[in-house]
Amino acid sequence: MKRVNAVVVGAGAAGGIVAKELSTAGLSVVLLERGKWYTANDCRKDDLRNQRTTVLGNAFGPEDEGNPRVVWDPRNGPRTLLPSEGDYQNNAACVGGGTLSYGAMAWRYMPQDFRMRSIYGAPAGSSLEDWPIGYEDLEPYYEKAEYEIGISGDYSGSPYFGPRRRPLPMPPLPPNREFEILEPAAKRLGMHPFHIPMARNSVPYNGRGPCMRCRWCVGFACEVDAKNGSQNTVIPVALSTGNCELRAECMAKEILTDDRGRARGVAYFDAKGHLQEQPCDIVVVSACAIESARLLLNSKSGLFPNGIGNRYDQVGRHLQGHHYTGAVGFFDFDTYDDVGPGASIAVADYNHGTPGLCGGGALCNEFIRLPIQMIDRLPVNTPRWGLGHKQAMRNFYKRNIAVMGPTQQIPMADARVTLDPSVRDKWGMPVARFSGNVHPHTFEIGVVQAQRAEAWLKEAGAIGTLVNAGKPTTVSAGQHQAGTCRMGNDPHSSVVDRNCRVHDVDNVFVIDGSVHVTNGGFNPALTIMAIAYFASESLVRNWKGTGFRS
Amino acid sequence: MRLSRDGVGFSRRQFVTTGAMGGAALLVGCNAGNQASRGFLDDAKTRTLTAICDQIIPADDFPSASEAGVLVYIDRQLARHYRRHRNAYRDGLAQADAMSRRQFGHDLASLSAPQQTKLVTELSQQNPRFFNLVRSHTLEGYYGAPRHGGNRDAVSWRMLGMEEPPTLGRAQYDLRKVPAS
Repeated sequence: MKRVNAVVVGAGAAGGIVAKELSTAGLSVVLLERGKWYTANDCRKDDLRNQRTTVLGNAFGPEDEGNPRVVWDPRNGPRTLLPSEGDYQNNAACVGGGTLSYGAMAWRYMPQDFRMRSIYGAPAGSSLEDWPIGYEDLEPYYEKAEYEIGISGDYSGSPYFGPRRRPLPMPPLPPNREFEILEPAAKRLGMHPFHIPMARNSVPYNGRGPCMRCRWCVGFACEVDAKNGSQNTVIPVALSTGNCELRAECMAKEILTDDRGRARGVAYFDAKGHLQEQPCDIVVVSACAIESARLLLNSKSGLFPNGIGNRYDQVGRHLQGHHYTGAVGFFDFDTYDDVGPGASIAVADYNHGTPGLCGGGALCNEFIRLPIQMIDRLPVNTPRWGLGHKQAMRNFYKRNIAVMGPTQQIPMADARVTLDPSVRDKWGMPVARFSGNVHPHTFEIGVVQAQRAEAWLKEAGAIGTLVNAGKPTTVSAGQHQAGTCRMGNDPHSSVVDRNCRVHDVDNVFVIDGSVHVTNGGFNPALTIMAIAYFASESLVRNWKGTGFRS
Repeated sequence: MRLSRDGVGFSRRQFVTTGAMGGAALLVGCNAGNQASRGFLDDAKTRTLTAICDQIIPADDFPSASEAGVLVYIDRQLARHYRRHRNAYRDGLAQADAMSRRQFGHDLASLSAPQQTKLVTELSQQNPRFFNLVRSHTLEGYYGAPRHGGNRDAVSWRMLGMEEPPTLGRAQYDLRKVPAS
């Protein structure tokens, strides 16, 4: 097979951007993606089979057949999981990755989110740490992501975010009814509500039209292609350079190294299941936190007996997502207006600054709840079945608002991805195995956040509430998974340097949510994208033909 | 490129519902000699499961679970995505009828509505795993997308006051305008 400059593993939020940045800079790139290449034509509005509600499977991968993972549950021991089960911590497997079907909230993290240890100190037993880069380093790349991917919204109502040079490229969508109910209530409580930034066209942008405001958004591909992910922005640009080849349905097996300890290529299974080797000068791993860690751990050789980047047993640790808590409020008037995507208003008043709490998170109203998503979110004391349940559905389906938020997790070194010793996937490779949990302080923050959500709903007129502040017993990573290849200056306590290069292999990079040291109190997609631009720029800057400037 | 996990092998099947007190007995009709495409539920299992599903979602001025096609949904999925739950259904339905015969001398389907309510309540306590499985599948069939056989004519969505079919294409901007960039 012809040698190329770079192999990028994973065509998601980060991998698509890396492929575009490298190929437009003149490098030859092969972009490997394990999943299929869907388009807006594949949008099927199936309430039971999408990436959000997966009772009949995932719409955008992986398939339930042949893709197991294992979770170590402290109560029951190891349990093998299907990709459509919640504990699987699935994101997606397709061109575009999670960004094909996400809800598309696209936040900047706050300056404080990069300095969590300096601000709060590490709670005992946690692995809370500062990032080696700050908000000011990423700001130009946040802006680049906002303009190249296409973000609508308006931060101006909130005084809490870091400085920015340019406003968002698109205005927010006009407010829906939930926004109009919640906004005055937030102001009465002294909060600072604003329009959620979304990777969604509110006006024609980038050659595509605006959102038509249907009710099937998060978990679905967009039928009018108004939701912006890597599959309809940067990947087409990469392909149009002529320097990038996208190989879908190709599963990376391992990074191959030479006898000097440098990467020489990637072994992968093609769409027909045949093992192929793609020689290359550099390897970029952008497979999302769980699969990126698994690929590094599966890349064993004489020089790397425990996997690439894992000399100090760091790969796979600090696995984190977000701890979602909040409340559902029930009203005696209609709150539902069938105007999607539904999520519209947020407050960031509680991300930082609460005495006694190490951080917090944003609070937002939820995306439109499809009927199937309401069956267990009815008022307290509603019967679980029978006429009482049916009538509660009828009474409250159009009369509820959910306010939830991604509480920033306090990471633990023991929350980790390892390789399962016995379970293999359909290609015969060891699968990811989870163990550990988040630091218990995370749950304390989550309870306070849920109380705040409830207070907001009551101020807005809720006649009853259902508070949701559970304490999962296993890791929580899901679509917001991060942290498994931590960025840092010290090779003993991190996997990659500030430019996302693996400490002990100078031509292997990990560029995705894996490098997040902490995960902010917001959905991580825009930060993953900003880091992809940031790391790609330094990669290109230091590139000199077939190696790097020293 | 459409995902096509359903639609094959089921178009020839006919499902006939007949109204009955407190619910509907679902008669599953198949082409004679085409037993292979028949689902998991035989007539006896269908009768028992209908009784349980219609306790979970009884009729009021809108249909019960079975009237809305939930049995079709469950039967179809037991041949596909829920194959792994077949044993749970086989054992759970047998248990329900055994409990019913012990207490009332008849199968669950033959009991009066209050007797069924009492028995299904006991079933939910004695075998919560099976009952919760049926509860989930019933609610999925009733409130999920009609393409899977339940929620016939989107009846639950209309019950909730959702516009069906939904109004789409309500973009509020003129697409002929010059793009922002």
